[in-house]
Amino acid sequence: MDLQNFILLLSYLIGSITFIVGLKMLSHPDTARKGNLIAAAGMSIAIFATIFLYTFGAEEHLGNKLWIFGGLLIGTVVGTMMAKKVQMTAMPQMVSLFNGMGGACAAIISIVEFKHLQHAPKMLSIENLTNGIQFNLDQLPIEGFGQPEHAGLKLLTILLGLVIGTVSFSGSIIAFGKLNGNLKDRVLPAQQVINIGLLLVIVALLVIMVGGFTSLNPQYLFWALFAISVLYGVLFVMPIGGADMPVVISLLNSFTGVAAACGGFLYDNPVMLTGGILVGSAGTILTILMCKAMNRSLTNVIVGAFGGNAAGGGASGESGGSYKEISMSDTAVLMAYSKKVVIVPGYGLAVAQAQHTCHELEKVLDEKGVEVAYAIHPVAGRMPGHMNVLLAEADVSYDKLKEMEEINPEFAQTDVVLILGANDVVNPAAKNDPSSPIYGMPILEVEHAQHVIVNKRSMKPGYAGIENALFFQPKTSMLFGDAKKVLQDLVSELKNL
Amino acid sequence: MITIVILSIFLGIEVISRVPSVLHTPLMSGANAIHGVVIIGAIIVMGQAEPTDYLSLILGFLAVILGTLNVVGGFVVTDRMLEMFKSKKKK
Repeated sequence: MDLQNFILLLSYLIGSITFIVGLKMLSHPDTARKGNLIAAAGMSIAIFATIFLYTFGAEEHLGNKLWIFGGLLIGTVVGTMMAKKVQMTAMPQMVSLFNGMGGACAAIISIVEFKHLQHAPKMLSIENLTNGIQFNLDQLPIEGFGQPEHAGLKLLTILLGLVIGTVSFSGSIIAFGKLNGNLKDRVLPAQQVINIGLLLVIVALLVIMVGGFTSLNPQYLFWALFAISVLYGVLFVMPIGGADMPVVISLLNSFTGVAAACGGFLYDNPVMLTGGILVGSAGTILTILMCKAMNRSLTNVIVGAFGGNAAGGGASGESGGSYKEISMSDTAVLMAYSKKVVIVPGYGLAVAQAQHTCHELEKVLDEKGVEVAYAIHPVAGRMPGHMNVLLAEADVSYDKLKEMEEINPEFAQTDVVLILGANDVVNPAAKNDPSSPIYGMPILEVEHAQHVIVNKRSMKPGYAGIENALFFQPKTSMLFGDAKKVLQDLVSELKNL
Repeated sequence: MITIVILSIFLGIEVISRVPSVLHTPLMSGANAIHGVVIIGAIIVMGQAEPTDYLSLILGFLAVILGTLNVVGGFVVTDRMLEMFKSKKKK
């Protein structure tokens, strides 16, 4: 091993370590930002080491540097601009979009490598699969799958990278479209059967191609595989409800990780391998954690679009009671003469982008000597932690944000609870109705407060598709309307008092 | 190789399993940036393409751009999210 290769491997090692350390630090609030920067630095080292030190064939360096730097430059400028300009409320879409880019990148790599494989002499005939044809990829001096005698494995890695990368790409784009409001949930008849069918076709194609069980032109099969993967990604995400999106994005995130790891196998590249697998496993755990916080299983989320309605039926027995509305001025008076007001932000606040107005309300109340706090349910909003990010953007002081365990005992001393577009996280059915689909999910126990004012756009149930008995309780009043509009009116009412 | 894979899986699980839910979003975003390592594969594809092999060149170029988007966008977005947590804490 010469010096250059040694330095390259060392840079990769550093890269892998920074990813691990970065992820670790990202999971603690105090160190999170530094962790992110460390991982970014490690990534830069790995990228530049690859450009300048990677060799293939007879000690040949990578060519086309101009193109490479051009691509890096364009990507950096566009990526930075997109990331800087995006609204805090649109964060989930953004993450999804970037994730899709990564998936597409992995898929393209597979396409190009498949083309190389094709052009390598007699590559895909069965006799040659095991004989090993030398072509120019396997130059890092590490033992592994990339050795030419594993050409069948190489093909499998390429195809897996293609499938996973493509599914992740098309799925992420659909997720982006749905979160952005461009696409609606759509469920095909017998969607589940179709999805499972597509998955089986993908597996069958993989087996046929790698095993060499066909005389068909492998190129056709390859493009068929690509097309079906695109379709599968679309159909996989299409029926999933808007509020379950974070879970899906997190899942697709780990898919892309696995796709990256396929690339790592292909090139015997340790940093791609560790980075990819790390994200793959961490992403899976994160997905499961998110599900847990919502008290749902992963299958429930994925299949949820179908089972949801049937399951919700059981709980809606007590629904249809009468609710009362409250006028804007009554709300203002009630809040102005309270000692303590707790605001429960939810999905509706994020959709209406009302976080700044919400902060204004808090300030006005504060001037009137009313104590204001925010009750943050772990899964409020579109993503866990979404509310914290949103309210932080509006300059809400960090110590006013109370987590569920902290705020629940305080509701008994609270005069008014103002619920802004949250629903399932305050549904008492989670506590006292075992037949409810959300039974067992921890909730904010707002019903202990003196008054509960609920701002919603309509009486439509939340994403769990179940009625909320809270809305029909005598101490609850409804304040219908778009969260931003309502808060603006409320602020001006309060100022006039 | 297999050893690396298995170790990485366990590391990933170990590292993530204790996270306050507040940080789920930034963490996901950070992990998103990290799988941008595919960019290295894209660079290798690009660097090995023959100067006359236009299809590979164009695809590789596209892959480099997309990969960079993933990496840079991912890290910048994560940083923006975390910046907010930080400044609030100091108050």
